[in-house]
Amino acid sequence: MIDFIWLTLFLSGIVTAMFTGQMSHVANAILKGAESGVQLSIGLISAIALWLGLMKIAEQAGAVGWLSARLRPVARFLFPSVPPDHPAMGAILANMSANLLGIGNAATPLGLQAMRELQTLNPDKETASDAMCTLLAVNTASITLIPTTVIAMRMQYHSAHPTAVVGTTLIASAIGTVAAIALDRMYRAVDRRRRGRA
Amino acid sequence: MQQAISAISEWMLPLLVGVILLHGIVKRVPIYSAFVDGAKGGFGTAVRLIPHLIAMVVAVSVFRASGAMDLLVKCLHPVLNWLHIPAEVAPMGILRPISGQGSLAMMIDIFQKHGPDSWLGMLASTMQASSDTTLYILTVYFGSVGISRFRYALKVGLLSDFISVLASVFAVSLFSGMIHF
Repeated sequence: MIDFIWLTLFLSGIVTAMFTGQMSHVANAILKGAESGVQLSIGLISAIALWLGLMKIAEQAGAVGWLSARLRPVARFLFPSVPPDHPAMGAILANMSANLLGIGNAATPLGLQAMRELQTLNPDKETASDAMCTLLAVNTASITLIPTTVIAMRMQYHSAHPTAVVGTTLIASAIGTVAAIALDRMYRAVDRRRRGRA
Repeated sequence: MQQAISAISEWMLPLLVGVILLHGIVKRVPIYSAFVDGAKGGFGTAVRLIPHLIAMVVAVSVFRASGAMDLLVKCLHPVLNWLHIPAEVAPMGILRPISGQGSLAMMIDIFQKHGPDSWLGMLASTMQASSDTTLYILTVYFGSVGISRFRYALKVGLLSDFISVLASVFAVSLFSGMIHF
């Protein structure tokens, strides 16, 4: 998929340049693009390091544990098939908390742990269980309180209000997450009916 | 309304830093060493981004310099206009569920061209922050426990990604005062 998109960007560019006579610009863009790719990455070190440092403090101060306790009722509603005191529930809660705080590199390992625990509850080890599909829906929509990486990038590009995205992200990701949960429930119902018939 | 929002965003960063530090001290976290420990990861993260940024920035530069971007913007204009999606962010929206680092590179590209505080810059920021890399998450999560039948998970993920794009347009319009209640 990514191969296809990458190729399309190049090919459509080169073919268009044949017609528009911009080939010299394209040749220049290839070299300049690689150069700015490196500069961009190096420039990001400061902002990313700052945020990762701050989030580490929040993590050690127990922000994840605090949020998990708050999220417990939500998780019970989302994952009715998971027993409330099963280790899977704990991992799901920690994963959701890390997502909310924008600690992406902590969210993934916690999510994978949740998957391992859910697999122990799964009767068919090769087919995704209902709870797994819900966990994936919640993770891909990723409701976010503090979008750390994007704030870091905005600081790097001299935004006057780097944290202005907090509000818009909260609204957009809340809508996205509600949609994901609704779609998940909808497709689950359709799936059940189809299986029931077969 | 708009003044209040911009005042809040000015205060937000210093306040957030203050709250995180105070909360850390209260909870007896060695804040300085915790910060240094976390910040160490910044270098690695930025360096890991280099190959992705080179790949994407080169491709996007070619696409733009050739005039293909303008052509796409012109062709997609009626459809996207109807959905209130600016055509400039269309490639980013398509890439978002496939490659997080690719769409991040496109967001930076929009920052460079339009500025992070412009309407497009805010939209790109919100699109990047409000969704995750669906294909990556599905592959890694299911792959890690050996699930080969995803059932409806991919459909749900991609559909909600599309809704996230529309929701981002809505949220940014709301905050920039383009929608009044």
